[in-house]
Amino acid sequence: MAETLKMNRPLISAEAITKSYFRGEHKVPVLQGAGLTAHRGEFISVIGQSGSGKSTLLHVMGLLDSPDVGEVILDGNRIDNLNQAARDQLRNHVFGFIFQFYHLLPELSLLENVMTPLMIRHSILGYWRHRKEIREAAMSMIQQVGLEHRIKHRPSELSGGEMQRGAIARALVGRPEILLADEPTGNLDSSTGGGIMDLLKSLNENQQLTIVMVTHDESIAAQAHRTVRLAQGRIQTVGREDAA
Amino acid sequence: MYKLLLCVRYLRTKYIALACIISVMLGVATMIVVNSVMAGFTTEMRDRLHNFIADIVIESRSMSGVENARAQMEIVEGAAGQYIAAMTPTIEIPGMISFRDPYTGESYTSAVQIQGIDPEGKSSVGPLRDYLDSFNPVIEDGVVIRKALRSRETPVTWELTPEAAEYRKAVLEQRSLYLPEEPSVDEMVPAAADATNETAAPEFDSESAANETPAAEDAVIKDGIIQDSFLNELPEPPIESTVRTDPFPARIFLGEGLVSFQAKNPETGNLAKVMMVTPGDDVIVSTVTAGRPPEPVRINATVVDSFRSGMNEYDTSIVLMNINELQKSRGMHLDNSITSIHIKLKDYADAPKVIAALERAFPPGQVSIKTWEEKQGLLLSAVEVETAILNVLLFLIITVAGFGILAIFYMIVVEKTRDIGILKSLGASSNGVMSIFLSYGLGLGIVGSLAGVAIGLLFVRYINQIEDGLSWITGRKVFDEKIYYFFEIPTSVSPMMVIAVAFGAISIAVLASILPARRAARLHPVRALRFE
Repeated sequence: MAETLKMNRPLISAEAITKSYFRGEHKVPVLQGAGLTAHRGEFISVIGQSGSGKSTLLHVMGLLDSPDVGEVILDGNRIDNLNQAARDQLRNHVFGFIFQFYHLLPELSLLENVMTPLMIRHSILGYWRHRKEIREAAMSMIQQVGLEHRIKHRPSELSGGEMQRGAIARALVGRPEILLADEPTGNLDSSTGGGIMDLLKSLNENQQLTIVMVTHDESIAAQAHRTVRLAQGRIQTVGREDAA
Repeated sequence: MYKLLLCVRYLRTKYIALACIISVMLGVATMIVVNSVMAGFTTEMRDRLHNFIADIVIESRSMSGVENARAQMEIVEGAAGQYIAAMTPTIEIPGMISFRDPYTGESYTSAVQIQGIDPEGKSSVGPLRDYLDSFNPVIEDGVVIRKALRSRETPVTWELTPEAAEYRKAVLEQRSLYLPEEPSVDEMVPAAADATNETAAPEFDSESAANETPAAEDAVIKDGIIQDSFLNELPEPPIESTVRTDPFPARIFLGEGLVSFQAKNPETGNLAKVMMVTPGDDVIVSTVTAGRPPEPVRINATVVDSFRSGMNEYDTSIVLMNINELQKSRGMHLDNSITSIHIKLKDYADAPKVIAALERAFPPGQVSIKTWEEKQGLLLSAVEVETAILNVLLFLIITVAGFGILAIFYMIVVEKTRDIGILKSLGASSNGVMSIFLSYGLGLGIVGSLAGVAIGLLFVRYINQIEDGLSWITGRKVFDEKIYYFFEIPTSVSPMMVIAVAFGAISIAVLASILPARRAARLHPVRALRFE
């Protein structure tokens, strides 16, 4: 499989990313020339210690943050230097995010949470015109993650695993090409986390979804096709999917 | 769409927003109530200021007046007749009245403004009939305790009511049974023997002391002290059949406040009005003649009625008298002089035109022509300034509410930092995030304003019931109609005012949300997501 992937053009690549944060007066370098390339349909895990910059790399790739130096290239086009509106568009259309703490909006029901990216995509008028399709898309996504009995519930009424499934449904409802997952199992017990991993793997296999997942857990990372090890802001080793 | 959804959801779930809504609501309600009551008071006060001054008043600059009332009125008619609904000649002159308090026997004298009027003419230029006691029922605590003595349809005249005539007869007959108590009084019995006009003293003699005794005549000449003048009625012989009970030709309407006082009923503890002079009684009116130099003149007058206009200033200072008698007493009757003409316009909006026309018609300097508003300019502008200042202060209250919204919104934005990060990670634009909070502010403003308008209007609608309730709770009258002369708290709701207040409050809510909304929009998504 790795051979077939290699022949494809990379879907997204982050090249020589340097990023520093200011903590007070001090400049703290986070990424120092890190790079990552993902092909279509690939499931990559990024592993590293806390503070190794793996989340920042993910944010830079997903246009939540801009690199100090370096480029992010999507399908052959540089995207990190686009204007704000274009970046917002890409985040809505191309990327789906899931986070360690699920980050569902507490005031909205599960269904509304899942519908949010499509609501953002459409104006009020557009939403009104497409309200049926939007609802159906959200419902089918919720069914895929197995939460159809929970649609009316608020996030606070869901378990951790359910919340993360909901977050996955929300991330994928807009049919993004790349799912960026930041420690998706970090807050879950191992069996629930395993369930989430199974879901991600099946999405990757059945829908050719490209997944970049950040984790510090070796066993979780090992379930991806490929593991990239990040330390001190640089890519250390690139592992293979053999372990999986 | 998500903006609307979140905005509505925040409105419904964030109870802290309730504090904003309540503060906006209270501010709006207070402003509406205060403005309505102030407008009510102002309208009422303007009415009352207006009631003794017609739309336009032409006044002669001299107290002696101008000659020939008819000719003057023809000038007015010729100059602006098409705008004029009614006019009446009037004599306005300062003077005094003296009367005896029947309870203590003390005599009182007060300074007054005497207006010589034709009662029908006066009631055609102002609401005189509404104020005269005999034309109105006496109502206490909502119960009619005396019906109106005269029908509203009858003209206003100087005739005594049958009740007053009967009272007068009874009093005079009873008084005629007594002989003078103190001989010394005789020396002080009044009569303006040296008065230049012929009316005052002779009236007095012929009317009240029917059988002229030498003593009475003597007294008339020697008099000088007004206070004791009532005693002149005493030296009548005790023969009932000869007691003259006809009223004097000079008749007056007295301002109620001149001859009444508030006294506490020892049994009930309630304040009650006590009249010291009632219709049918006689008083002495003193003023000056129109000659140069003016001489004092005293007129015996019979009180026909009392009036209460609700304007304390008028009720405690104005005495209305028949104009012919006043002219005679002042020596103005030969050339039919008057001091002013009161004019009622068909449409008050024409006043500037009419004034311009009249100013051209009269010789310059002879008369001053003013609208009632110009005559009461100071008081009216004081009320306007008061209302304006009150509005500024109240608007400051809403502004304070605005700062409350600002603080609470800031708090909500901080609380929602992570959600803002999530929305941005899902592709929401900065403007989108900003508009969530702006529409949140707008929503709070609208909800708070609507609630405030509703509460304010309800409060105004039921203000008198609320006042009753407060009086009942506190045990004392919050709004004492005896002080304000209002039976109820007057209110006047102007739709424009309500709209302006609501709109102002909504704008303040939106303005207050701009800063927090900008902060929300500028949040960096990653930092927002990491925010704990």
